[in-house]
Amino acid sequence: MSRHLLSISDLGADGIEEVMALTDSFVEVSSRAIPRVPALRGKTVVSLFFEDSTRTRLSFETAARRLSADVMTFSASSSSVNKGESLRDTVETIEAMGIDAVVVRHAGSGVPWQVARWLHGPSVINAGDGWHEHPTQALLDCFTIRQERQRRGAARPAEGRPALDGLHIAIVGDIRHSRVARSDVLAFTSLGAHVTLVAPPTLLPPSLVGWPVEVSHDLDSVLPKLDVVYLLRLQKERMLEALLPSLREYTATYGLTRERARLLGDGALIMHPGPVNRGVEVAAEVVDQPSSVITQQVANGVAVRMAVLYLLLGAGVELVAA
Amino acid sequence: MIRGGTIVDLTGTQVADVLIQDGVVATIGSKISSVPAGTVVLDASGCVVAPGLVDLHAHLRQPGREEAETVATGARAAALGGYTAVVAMPNTEPAIDCAAVVREVLDLGAGSCCDVRVAGAITVGRQGRQLAPMAEMAGLGVQIFTDDGCGVQDARLMRRAMEYASALGVTLAQHCEDASLAGGGHMHEGEWSSRLGIAGQPAEAEELMVMRDLALARLTGASMHFLHLSTAGSLAMIRGAKASGLTVTAEVTPHHFTLTDAEVASYDPVFKVNPPLRSESDVEAVKAALADGVVDAIATDHAPHAQETKEAPFDEAPPGMLGLETALGLALTELDLPIERILALLSWQPADIAGLTAEHGGPIAVGRPANLCVIDPTAKWVVDPAALASRSRNTPYTGRALVGRTRHTVLFGEPVVVNGEAQR
Repeated sequence: MSRHLLSISDLGADGIEEVMALTDSFVEVSSRAIPRVPALRGKTVVSLFFEDSTRTRLSFETAARRLSADVMTFSASSSSVNKGESLRDTVETIEAMGIDAVVVRHAGSGVPWQVARWLHGPSVINAGDGWHEHPTQALLDCFTIRQERQRRGAARPAEGRPALDGLHIAIVGDIRHSRVARSDVLAFTSLGAHVTLVAPPTLLPPSLVGWPVEVSHDLDSVLPKLDVVYLLRLQKERMLEALLPSLREYTATYGLTRERARLLGDGALIMHPGPVNRGVEVAAEVVDQPSSVITQQVANGVAVRMAVLYLLLGAGVELVAA
Repeated sequence: MIRGGTIVDLTGTQVADVLIQDGVVATIGSKISSVPAGTVVLDASGCVVAPGLVDLHAHLRQPGREEAETVATGARAAALGGYTAVVAMPNTEPAIDCAAVVREVLDLGAGSCCDVRVAGAITVGRQGRQLAPMAEMAGLGVQIFTDDGCGVQDARLMRRAMEYASALGVTLAQHCEDASLAGGGHMHEGEWSSRLGIAGQPAEAEELMVMRDLALARLTGASMHFLHLSTAGSLAMIRGAKASGLTVTAEVTPHHFTLTDAEVASYDPVFKVNPPLRSESDVEAVKAALADGVVDAIATDHAPHAQETKEAPFDEAPPGMLGLETALGLALTELDLPIERILALLSWQPADIAGLTAEHGGPIAVGRPANLCVIDPTAKWVVDPAALASRSRNTPYTGRALVGRTRHTVLFGEPVVVNGEAQR
C-alpha cells in the first residue's frame, strides 16, 4: 500500500479486498470486552477537520485509539485558520509537532492532494474532500455489502471473482455534489458490480464520459433488479440553485417511499451514508426495516478505519491482543 | 548598435546591422563600420532582430496588490520577455477608472524597463453599473477600455458604452463571461470537472457574451476587441463576424494553446485561471485560429499572485498565471508557424490594436523609434520560477523546456535587457 489513502483508486480491487480481509479481524477486535490492540502504540494520528463532520471524525479517532495510537484533534473553528493562516502554514505547523498520519476533511475538492504534497513524512488519509472522494466511506460500504450478504445467506462470488461480482447497485440522488458517489462508483465497479446512477439530470455530473455506469431517471424501473439501493443525502438548499423545484417533487420522483421499497427484491439491501433526511430521500419506516443496513455501515466504519490506519502505519507490527 | 542579426518586421526579412542614435534607428546596413566611439554593441549573431513585442493584457497589480507585482517588476518581466510595450489592465485597487489613477500608473511606468500603457475601466469601480469617465482617460492617451476580470453583464449598459466610445476613437475590450451561467465555476466544465468534483463553467458562458457583443457591435458599429478567447465556439463566431465585415479583433493567451483542463487533476491552483484551461479540442481550435488569421494577437493575461494565495484550496485560490517571460518561448516552441507570423501576433498586430504603431511594432526603419528585441530562436532553456523577474512565482510551466528566448531588448534606444539581464 502506498503512503497515503487519497482516492479509492489508490487501492485498486486487490487493495480493497486486502482492507476488507483485515477489517474482518478488526470487527472481531471491536467485539472484545477491551477492544484495543497495541499495533500503533507510539504513533500519533491527527484529525484535521476543516469541515464539521462529527460522525466521521469520531469514527477515525475511535479507530486510532483502538489501535493504541495517540490522537490529536484539529478543528478549523478552534484554530488559527480563522486568524488568516494559510492552509500550507497550518499543515506544516502540524507536521512540525512530529506526527505519523493526518486525517483530512475539507469542503474543497483536492485538499488532501495538496496536503500530501506539502508533507514530507506523515501519511495522509482523505476523510472526504468537497464533491470529490471519500475513500473510507466506499471501503465501509463495500465491506458492509459483503458482510450483510454473507449474513443473509446470499450466494458468494465464484472462486477467484471479486467481492461484488455481478451485483446490481443503484446510487440514487445528488450524485453531482457527492464525494460518496464518486468513491463508491470507483469501488463498486472495480469489485465487479454493475452501477446505475438514478437522479434528475440537474443532480448528475455535467459529463459522465469515462464513468463505468448506466444512468436512469426512472427509479421504479430500476428497483426490481437491484441487490443494493444506495440513497444519498439531499441537501435542502439545492432548491435555491434551481436544481430542483421542491423537496416534495424530489421525494415523489426519487425518494424511496414505502410503496417504492416494495419493488425491491428479496434480500436487496438499503444503504445510506448518513445522516438521513427521513421523509426526503427515504421514508422513515423504510430506514427502520430489516433490509436497511444503515446502522451497520456506521458500525463497520470504525473497523474499516482501523484496517486503513494499520495498513498505512503499522506495517511490520504484529497484530496481537492487548 | 545591434550587430550580426537578421531583421524581421512586417515588411520582410534582411540580414543587417542596426545603428541607433538618440533613441531612433539611424542606419541599417550590412556590416556598418562607421560607429561613433563609445557605442554599445549588442551581439545578434544567429538572432532575429524584431520590433519589440506588445502585450495587450498584463496585470501589473499596482496600485493595491504590490505584494504580487509592481509596475516596475512587471515591466522588468516584460522587457525580459522581449516586450517594449504592455497595456496594464485596470483591475487594480482602486480600479483604473479615472484620470487620477491613469496618471498614477503612467507615472509608475515612467523610467521602467518597458513602455507601460494603461487600459481604463468601462464602468466605475468595474462594478458594471455606471459608465466611467472615458473621455477624461482617453485625453491621457488611454486607447483600450475594459472591465477585465469580469465582463459587463448588463447588455444595455454595454450598448451605451459602445456608442459613447465610438465618438472617442477608442476600443472596448471584453472579458467574455456570462456570470450567471458561469455560476462561480472554478474550472472548465466537462469530463475533468465532473471527475474531480470541482464546480465548472461551461464554454457557453464565454460564448454567450461573445455572441451578445457581436450583436451589439453590429447594432452600434463600434469596434470591439475580444480578450483571451478560449473556446472553439467563440473563435468560430469571430471568424464569422470578420467574414461579415465587423471591425472586431481577438486575442488568445499562451496557456490556452499549451495547456488543457486535464492539468487540474493535480489540484494545484497554479493551473487555475479565468477563462479556465479548456479541453483538447478547444486548444486545437485556438491553434487553428492562430494559424488562419482569425486571431489577431497573442496576449499574456500575465496575472501575478502572491504565493500564499495560491497555497489555498483550489476553489478558494484566485485565478491567474504569469505570462510575460514565457509567452515568446511558448509561441516559438509550441506553434507550428513561421517566426514572422509569430512576431505579427506578438508585436505589430497588437501594436495596431492598442494604437501604438507610431512607436511600437515596427517597421524597423531609419528615423523610427528604436523599440526592438533581439531573439535567439534556438536558445534552449528551462522555466525556473525562482529565476523569474516577476515578484510572483505562479507560472504553470515550471520545468518546461522551451526553445527561443529574448537576448536583448532596446527601449527608445536604451538597452534595457542585455544578454538576458535586465539593466534597470
